[in-house]
Amino acid sequence: MVELNLVSRFIVLATCLIATQSFASGASGFQLQEANIEPENIASLQRGARNFMNYCSGCHSAQYVRYKTIGKYLELSEEQLIDNLMFNAERTFETIKVAMPADSAARWFGKTPPDLSLRARAKGADYVFSFLKGFYLDPNSPTGVDNMVLSSTSMPHILWEMQGFQAANFTEHTADGVTSLEFEGFEQVTAGTMNAGEYDDFVRDTVNFLAYITEPIRSYRRKLGVWVMMFLVFFLIIASMLKRQIWKDVS
Amino acid sequence: MTEDDVDRKRRHFLTVATVVTGVAGVGLAAIPFLSSLKPSARAQALGAPVEVPIGSLQPGEMVRILWRGRLVFVLRRTEEMLARLPDNTGDLKDPNSEEKGQQPMYAANDHRSVKPEYLVVEGSCTHLGCAPLEDFEIRPAEDWNGGFFCPCHGSKFDLAGRVYNGVPAPTNLRVPPHRFVRDDLILIGQDTGAA
Amino acid sequence: MVRIEAEVGKPKGGLLRWIDDRFPLSETMRYHVTEYYASKNFNFWYVFGVLAMVVLVIQIVSGIFLTMNYKPSAAEAFASVEYIMRDVEMGWLIRYMHSTGASFFFIVVYLHMFRAMLYGSYKKPRELLWIIGMLIFFVLMAEGFAGYLLPWGQMSYWGAQVIISLFGAIPVVGEALVEYIRGDYSISDITLNRFFALHVIVLPLALIGLVFVHIVALHEVGSSNPDGIEIKEHKGPNGIPLDGIAFHPYHTSKDLVAIIVFLMLFSGVIFFAPEMGGYFLEHANFEPANILATPEHIAPVWYFTPFYAVLRAVPDKLWGAILMSGAVLLPIFLPWLDRSRVKSIRYRGWFYKAALTLFAVSFVVLGWLGTQPADRVFVLAARIFSVIYFAFFLLMPYYTSIDKTKPVPERVVYHG
Repeated sequence: MVELNLVSRFIVLATCLIATQSFASGASGFQLQEANIEPENIASLQRGARNFMNYCSGCHSAQYVRYKTIGKYLELSEEQLIDNLMFNAERTFETIKVAMPADSAARWFGKTPPDLSLRARAKGADYVFSFLKGFYLDPNSPTGVDNMVLSSTSMPHILWEMQGFQAANFTEHTADGVTSLEFEGFEQVTAGTMNAGEYDDFVRDTVNFLAYITEPIRSYRRKLGVWVMMFLVFFLIIASMLKRQIWKDVS
Repeated sequence: MTEDDVDRKRRHFLTVATVVTGVAGVGLAAIPFLSSLKPSARAQALGAPVEVPIGSLQPGEMVRILWRGRLVFVLRRTEEMLARLPDNTGDLKDPNSEEKGQQPMYAANDHRSVKPEYLVVEGSCTHLGCAPLEDFEIRPAEDWNGGFFCPCHGSKFDLAGRVYNGVPAPTNLRVPPHRFVRDDLILIGQDTGAA
Repeated sequence: MVRIEAEVGKPKGGLLRWIDDRFPLSETMRYHVTEYYASKNFNFWYVFGVLAMVVLVIQIVSGIFLTMNYKPSAAEAFASVEYIMRDVEMGWLIRYMHSTGASFFFIVVYLHMFRAMLYGSYKKPRELLWIIGMLIFFVLMAEGFAGYLLPWGQMSYWGAQVIISLFGAIPVVGEALVEYIRGDYSISDITLNRFFALHVIVLPLALIGLVFVHIVALHEVGSSNPDGIEIKEHKGPNGIPLDGIAFHPYHTSKDLVAIIVFLMLFSGVIFFAPEMGGYFLEHANFEPANILATPEHIAPVWYFTPFYAVLRAVPDKLWGAILMSGAVLLPIFLPWLDRSRVKSIRYRGWFYKAALTLFAVSFVVLGWLGTQPADRVFVLAARIFSVIYFAFFLLMPYYTSIDKTKPVPERVVYHG
């Protein structure tokens, strides 16, 4: 049919156009790195949970996440949950709260550390991954560091022990009388306890966990989806056969 | 069979198959909606068992606890209170706790509790749900061995929560699931013998 | 045999007879379903009306269950959505059904409207049907807009801020009107609560009423078809249109297949890609509304973006609002702008075919432009395509009257 081909070909083209998502970039020259997390990798998630509780939960809450939920998906027993992950909670049905009072935090850091239940979903796993790897030395900052992903962040470089400290190299570009800084790369200044590969894995596990808590039901959702699609395919076949049978008498 | 017959049979079969699949589909689709009405994780969290420390509870003293939004009484009965319990038998509607829904198995005994000393009952009159008041004073002249009195319609219960004859309440006060974690700690909301 | 008029067609006995003596059940079923005749040559484009009804039902049912757990206050709204997603059993599924349904509603409705443009379904005697449909479209836009505020995310808040302040462009009454809509000096808990009432009761009632009236109007004149022929002009000796087939069982069985295909696409999104790359569930909305921090990039939800692009193309606030409204309202006048004697695109000349293609292109491109930041190149493109969009309507009286049409056949073209 003429009109079907013309218009639908166009709609397909337009959809492709729309589908091209540009890679989000921070400051000029700086590109977010791909996190490459494996949402079904339970071991990675267990490590990530440990990392989160040990390094993040002191300041950041995950107020919508229950320990029980994590325990179930991460295949942890109640004892393992309580012993390893629950620092300021007693019962597994509780949510991940932070001990630091919000107003004190705001005074000390200038800003209350945000809740992380949905952070990775709002910003994307790549953003969080690049953020945790993006701290660099900045003598002008109150925390001694700045971050390429979120400049002037109030967050200190919590993971400095593992990553060590790096500096960010910029080159100046002047165009049309406007001088701008172009990011050239990071340079390790002080070594940490982990090498680059190890630190990457550490952050990746943590980001994996942070992504998981944004939607704990994700894995089940996809599994259920397969069953739903199978049912619908079956239903489609039967209904098509019925339609064809009924339409036999139409000439 | 003519071609028409075959067609009609096939059409009938396919119609039935489609309708059955469709109805099954609707039934399956209803599941998430109906499930969503069950108590949510938050409700379950809020309704979780409640710990009641009884180490400092004196004989004759009672504490009021909230469990799942319901009032629960924990009373430490005195020797005298316990001694007088059997005297009430003749005046009670269900002295032997035969009404199955009103107490777990381990409370279907003479003192309606796990340990004789400690009574654990819901503070909800079995007539229409008012909270009964304490009336622990023993007044032999009035034939009153101590118990609970409901101000709404005058129902009376003894110190084992058992309902008296001649009052509107039909059954004994309900005993909630509970267990002794330690001698000085009761957990309301979990059965004795459970994990 | 003497047959009393009122007795014809009634079941002989039993429950059905008891009902029929008191309520026009069988009569209604016959008139609207089993003896409603529609053309046998319906193609893919004719499926979207039924699909729109299916989506309406999905939205209402999922919406009801969401309101059982959602809290319409600024303090609790965001958290209550997360409560639904995490703590309510299968709440996540209900939420995704509703968010996906909202987007699918507009996909289906836009395609449904496009069908009318392909086959002249708005032309006499279906002008009122088209007007009612346009009213449904306006109510649907309001419904979507009100609903989007409810999660109280960053995009909810700031998107509403932008759109509501548009009304401020109206001279004299603008500012007072904005304050009246908000119910407060800025978008607040008060605004949220009233948008909740609008979204859950007022607009759905209006939608249901209008859809009912829409179908009554349709059945009065009968459905059109891809050839644009009025099948009632050629009836058989029994009064049934020669090209017509009963709605049930023919169109019902065919529509069922379409509905299942639709449900497969719908489920595909819900279970495997509910965010749809950030178009169905916007990433910024996973952050709670922060009145002190505007997101870098505010855009309305994708289904409003074509009109948003028109708004941004105009450098003046008032004229932008006027032209944007114009873009939304102009289609109402199609029955009168379209001067062609021929209904279906199959028999129209190349002028209309080109115009319609350009219109479709401009609508989609404007839609995409509306999602992008307002860079110079994009604004220029938006201006060009806005002109094309408006030209489609405003020049239509001219090009449809001079267009060389082909002869329309007497009977519909059907290849079994």
